Amino acid sequence: MSEHDKLSTRAEDFLALFNKGAEFTRELLKENERLRSRLAAVTDRQESAARNPRDWDKLRHELMTRIASLEEECTTVRERLDQVELENSQFAQRYVEVEEENNNLANLYVSSYQLHSTLDMAEVLRIITEIVINLIGAEVFAVYLLGDGEKPELQPVISEGMDLSAFPRAKLGVGVLGKAVASNETTCWDTQRSDDLSQPIVCVPLVVQNRPIGAIAVYGLLAQKDGFSALDHELFNMLGGHAATAIFAAKLYSQSERKLNTIQGFIDLLTK
Amino acid sequence: MGHRILIVEDSPTMRQLLVFALRRLKEVEIVEAQDGMDGLRKVSSDHFDLALIDINMPVMDGLKLISLIRGDESLKEIPIVVITTEGANEDRRRAIELGANEYLCKPIQANQVRTVVKGLLKAQ
Repeated sequence: MSEHDKLSTRAEDFLALFNKGAEFTRELLKENERLRSRLAAVTDRQESAARNPRDWDKLRHELMTRIASLEEECTTVRERLDQVELENSQFAQRYVEVEEENNNLANLYVSSYQLHSTLDMAEVLRIITEIVINLIGAEVFAVYLLGDGEKPELQPVISEGMDLSAFPRAKLGVGVLGKAVASNETTCWDTQRSDDLSQPIVCVPLVVQNRPIGAIAVYGLLAQKDGFSALDHELFNMLGGHAATAIFAAKLYSQSERKLNTIQGFIDLLTK
Repeated sequence: MGHRILIVEDSPTMRQLLVFALRRLKEVEIVEAQDGMDGLRKVSSDHFDLALIDINMPVMDGLKLISLIRGDESLKEIPIVVITTEGANEDRRRAIELGANEYLCKPIQANQVRTVVKGLLKAQ
């Protein structure tokens, strides 16, 4: 592009800008004129009203009506604002509750999902331990399984916080633990820690078809845990049912595996 | 652009729970490691914007992993959140001294983890 063309383009741009400016100025003048005439009309009316008492009363009445209407509107808006604020705080409260519920459900879902993710007994017991430590916050506890026979005994099979051999066996229906398990209901004693291993702070019976198959007995909580929440009680209920069925399924599976191997061995012996 | 978060935790239950909690954050990609060594391998071979680390783990514990991350020139800026059962002040002090940015004690609340993680990602 030559120097002349560039100059010409710039001149055209400037002219366009100038025209826009001129149009804007015209609009401003027009608006100014309109406002002036409106002001003059209002001033005339006020002056005329000031000279004539009847007009003055009329204007005053109009203004008073307008003020009353605005005040009424203001009251309505304030009431509506209060109502919205109340609703807002109710929604915030509800949101917190839903969040908590969501958190609780996630804990319960993950726990039951993990419990039923395996048929290996050692793995099931490890998952129960993980849940009791990480989700409930127990420091000292043991999982007991009920033996067979006429006078079945609760025997500790896995523990945390103390050696397994330290936890005493208990007869079903006898002693604090035995009675709590026989009741089929989770029992909480109102303490944070118990150094007496025959007296847990919580006993969760593991129940399948209304029959106890074992229990989780908690004796102490982590230092940062200062009591049981609603979620902990939900987890106790979940463990009472789901941990029990997971243990029961793992037991049945290992028994069927053993039987299958025996039968297979017998068939192999006959067919060889 | 999304954030990449590494969860180093030996308990599958806790890992799943943390994934549940963090999935609510927008544009977050989560990678899991099952112990300190696995965590070190993953954090060294890929980019991460934040790491959640448990203390008590087999193979390599969380404190060792934190000291290795902080000692590595290319990794030392990664924000670290410790999630542990160890609630004593001494444990907390030690983890913070080694370079942990936040220290959360189990049992944890999902929204507590989200708030801490969001804060650290925002501060980056």
